[in-house]
Amino acid sequence: MKKHQNLILIMAVIILALLPLWIVEPVDDAEIFAGADGEAMAAITEIAPTYEPWLSPVWVPPSGEIESLLFSLQAALGGAFIGYYLGGSVARARAFRELRGTTDVK
Amino acid sequence: MHIMEGFLPAGHALGWSLASAPVVAYGVYSLGKKVKKHPEYRMLLGVAAAFTFILSALKIPSVTGSSSHPTGTGFGALLFGPTAMAPIGLVVLLFQALLLAHGGLATLGANVFSMAIVGPFVAYGVFRLTRMLRLPFGMTVFLAAFSGNLMTYLTTSAQLALAFPDPTGGFVASFVKFASIFALTQLPLAIIEGLLTMLIFNALTRFNPRELRELKIFPSSEVPS
Repeated sequence: MKKHQNLILIMAVIILALLPLWIVEPVDDAEIFAGADGEAMAAITEIAPTYEPWLSPVWVPPSGEIESLLFSLQAALGGAFIGYYLGGSVARARAFRELRGTTDVK
Repeated sequence: MHIMEGFLPAGHALGWSLASAPVVAYGVYSLGKKVKKHPEYRMLLGVAAAFTFILSALKIPSVTGSSSHPTGTGFGALLFGPTAMAPIGLVVLLFQALLLAHGGLATLGANVFSMAIVGPFVAYGVFRLTRMLRLPFGMTVFLAAFSGNLMTYLTTSAQLALAFPDPTGGFVASFVKFASIFALTQLPLAIIEGLLTMLIFNALTRFNPRELRELKIFPSSEVPS
């Protein structure tokens, strides 16, 4: 179990993320898988129809493409750093093991 | 959990900012002290920030038919304590407010409060509690990250319900409405965050056991050197 735990974890994450794509059917022509943040804003206008946002964002990405570019940049930066750190840690652990291995032989 | 720019009345926005500011300040102070004492923690701190960067960028579809994102703040809270995540969360939320029009400057305080303060504190508390109950390590990590994620979104729901109580049902009706948007969507995502946090802890346990021992994640007896 322990040996395959990481594999099981990754599979479970993938299944959990992909399952909704199959089981959720679009209702009428409403957009599915829209952001929950946006839906909450729609709920605000429902509860308080007279509320006017008193500030607007400093800058809005000019298109969905630019927005996804920035989101992927954010994820890529994070992924690159974790990969760098874990890569270094793996190499260090291996070097340490080999070093200990040679002293064990003596 | 991002409350969009301008979508909190000014008084609320100010209130949440005032509530968050001291925690962020204390987080900066305690992180500075920690890094000064142990410069070798700097890389691991970067990993905690990087984890939040990735997870909060991933919009994942959920069974409710909408999509949302994990927060990734539980992981760093377990490593460095709950207040450490306040400044890190602030950086992530600032990035998203300025470049992605997700959240905003006026709502920054409220968003920091839910994602970078409540979430980490809940995760840390659940971790310590379940450790005391001697649950298996993987399960404690899972439960901590899961609860931190879910409580972040319930906090957002409460913040919105406070600002926009239902004209007839008041705070409660409004809270139920926002929580049904956020919390239900969030359930599978909270599970995903729990699993991913287990995954990164598995890697650290294997390759960086010394750091985890030093950070008192587990007593020295539990990890082979």
